[in-house]
Amino acid sequence: MVAETEAEKTEHAEEWFASAKKIYPMATHGLFRRIKWGLLFLTLGIYYFLPFIRFDRGPNAPGQAVLVDMEARRAYFFFIEIWPQEVYYLTGLLIIAAVTLFLMNAIAGRIWCGYLCPQTVWTDLFMWVERQVEGDRRERIRLDNAPWTGGKIAKRATKHFFWIMIAWWTGGAWVLYFNDAPTLVYELATFQAPMVAYIWIGILTATTYLLAGFMREQVCIYMCPWPRIQAALTDEKALNVTYRWDRGEPRGSLKQNKDLERKGLPSGDCIDCYQCLHVCPTGVDIRNGMQLDCIQCGLCIDACDNIMEKVGKPKGLIAYDTDENIQRRIEGKEPVYEIVRVRTVIYAAVIALVGAIMLFVLLTRDFADINVLHDRNPVYVTQSDGTVRNGYTVRLLNKRNHPRYFMLHVEGMPPGTEVEAAGVDTIFADRPIVEVGPDTTREVRILVTSPVGVTMPPSTPVTFRITESVMGEVVTADDFFKAP
Amino acid sequence: MSDTHQKEIDQLSGVETTGHEWDGLKELNNPLPKWWLYLFYATIAWAVVYWVLYPSWPLISSYTTGVLGSSQRAEAIAAYEAGVAGRSEFADKIVAASLDEISSDQELRQFAMANGQAAFGDNCAPCHGTGGTGFIGYPNLQDDTWIWGGTMDAIQTTLLYGIRSDYDDTRFGDMPAFGADEILSDEEIDQVANFVASKAGLETDDGVDLAAGETLYIDNCAACHGDALEGIQELGGPSLVSANYLYGKSLDAIKTQIHNPKNGVMPGWVDRLDPATIKSLTVYVHSFGGGQ
Repeated sequence: MVAETEAEKTEHAEEWFASAKKIYPMATHGLFRRIKWGLLFLTLGIYYFLPFIRFDRGPNAPGQAVLVDMEARRAYFFFIEIWPQEVYYLTGLLIIAAVTLFLMNAIAGRIWCGYLCPQTVWTDLFMWVERQVEGDRRERIRLDNAPWTGGKIAKRATKHFFWIMIAWWTGGAWVLYFNDAPTLVYELATFQAPMVAYIWIGILTATTYLLAGFMREQVCIYMCPWPRIQAALTDEKALNVTYRWDRGEPRGSLKQNKDLERKGLPSGDCIDCYQCLHVCPTGVDIRNGMQLDCIQCGLCIDACDNIMEKVGKPKGLIAYDTDENIQRRIEGKEPVYEIVRVRTVIYAAVIALVGAIMLFVLLTRDFADINVLHDRNPVYVTQSDGTVRNGYTVRLLNKRNHPRYFMLHVEGMPPGTEVEAAGVDTIFADRPIVEVGPDTTREVRILVTSPVGVTMPPSTPVTFRITESVMGEVVTADDFFKAP
Repeated sequence: MSDTHQKEIDQLSGVETTGHEWDGLKELNNPLPKWWLYLFYATIAWAVVYWVLYPSWPLISSYTTGVLGSSQRAEAIAAYEAGVAGRSEFADKIVAASLDEISSDQELRQFAMANGQAAFGDNCAPCHGTGGTGFIGYPNLQDDTWIWGGTMDAIQTTLLYGIRSDYDDTRFGDMPAFGADEILSDEEIDQVANFVASKAGLETDDGVDLAAGETLYIDNCAACHGDALEGIQELGGPSLVSANYLYGKSLDAIKTQIHNPKNGVMPGWVDRLDPATIKSLTVYVHSFGGGQ
């Protein structure tokens, strides 16, 4: 065994356990900061206030525009009402969401991560609170290293108080999507809300507080799968937040660079001021190129542009650019920006196609349905006059918000067949008319008896057809009539 | 194995070793994670609290009961009694209501159906089948053939006192053993059986005198089975022109039943089931589809 030096041993030990380094992002201002504030207001505004928007659906349905009613098993989105068996719409939405993510990525990198992801938005909000209470980067570092004085305790307590208030409000808004919002707010305020509401508010308060207050960039770096997928999906024509090293290198302080220039040696525009690193919410040095940790929020672009302005150099040392363009500039060619290319066209086409299919299905879907379940024991009953009776459990669905009448007809049986609906007054001998209440289902027991003197085969395929009385909507279900 | 008790520190990781060594490999004595250790201590503390509060330690002939006086047996009994009490509200209503009222009231009917289904599975299914379709010799309750009547009242009477049971109020009809008791000769049995078969739509034996059979039928059978073989419910004489024969619909089965008949017995349930259950069963059986 070869003896290791002390230094080598320590080095090993450190490699095995890399503890997270605390990041103190600095405030910056500029175009991308403004975009981020705008999107923060927009997305959080939607999230916090959407449940309060009213939408009149008539007397038999809730008046909340966006509502997931778990108890009644219905989901409402403005004019759309979804029953549990229509959850496949969610599949369509998820496909669209995934492909939109791909499309964003093919056009301009991690737009989602940098501007729209809840983790980014809430972390941004929490960092703003932190900055208001404890000050900017320098003050925060100083405060962290300072002894625990009354002032430090007060600042920390204030910060955590506001964080928990935001987190609590976040959890509170979540439960409003599952109940009538104004009613629930009143119940919550008077401590009459169901226990499950408090539990969910508690859970989401805790997760918001932890994820946005403490875990922050570690969620992006260690927990989220998207950076890995994104790295595999990007290409040399996709815009990404890029350090234009062709222009920036060799980097050096302002003085060093001027010296080099004077001597006629090559010098880059990067003055190595570390502003890009200091504003970064994930603690990345963008000059190392595209990397997993970078959420591409564009704040380093703002920081660098501000510096370039001060030192009198053109902006855009860090900018949205492509790998290909850096190569082209080195070769002395003009940069090209191709947003419309095979990849983006295909992504857009897939989104349009899935969207069109969903729209078509949504517009042409039935507002009534019928399920038929044949009795299993007994499969058939022979009556005293030799006729055969089959029993079925039939469930009728009325998805409209008013009561409707359906005429039930069993097709495929010989003439003279009797169709009886238990508990339903029959007007026509073989076609019971069943009333189904608004936005609900009704189960009816249907007895079908073959005509006298007709010997039925062991199995006859039959079709249960319901016809709605006003609009004439027709739905069918297939089953069998069994005989000895 | 090392036999020294001296602490040995692993150079690479700076952690103490256990002193165990296998072919030069040594086991590190890494401490347990603090959070795990404290949770472990907390469970020990909790166990002590539990011993004081709840039944835990077995003694020679009893056990420590704990200061809270908790008992799972008592809880189970309480839960059972709560269930009975919960049902009693509906059961009382069922007893008070008439059969028609139960059948037409949405709530009572729902309770009666559920209660009836459970009671049917426990008490009736062994003979009548879980679906109520019966077997040869055990009546089908799904069809519209009722030997003793298929109205709710008739079904309830049958349920209460049974058929040919020991109760005074029982349904009683006795088919004589025409062959075994030598009331009719074998030839006469053949004739009357073939006559019944011809009326019931079955194939008859060749060369049998059906006219003689008809005369024998009028003399011996019509009193219970009716002049037109339509059956007489009050006497429990089944219809012989029905598609459903209790003891099988074939010429041989008819001959057997005339020669030495089976007279099936159904027990009465008046002393075995409570009135609410009897009523529930009545509604349930009536709802099969064949009720009148």
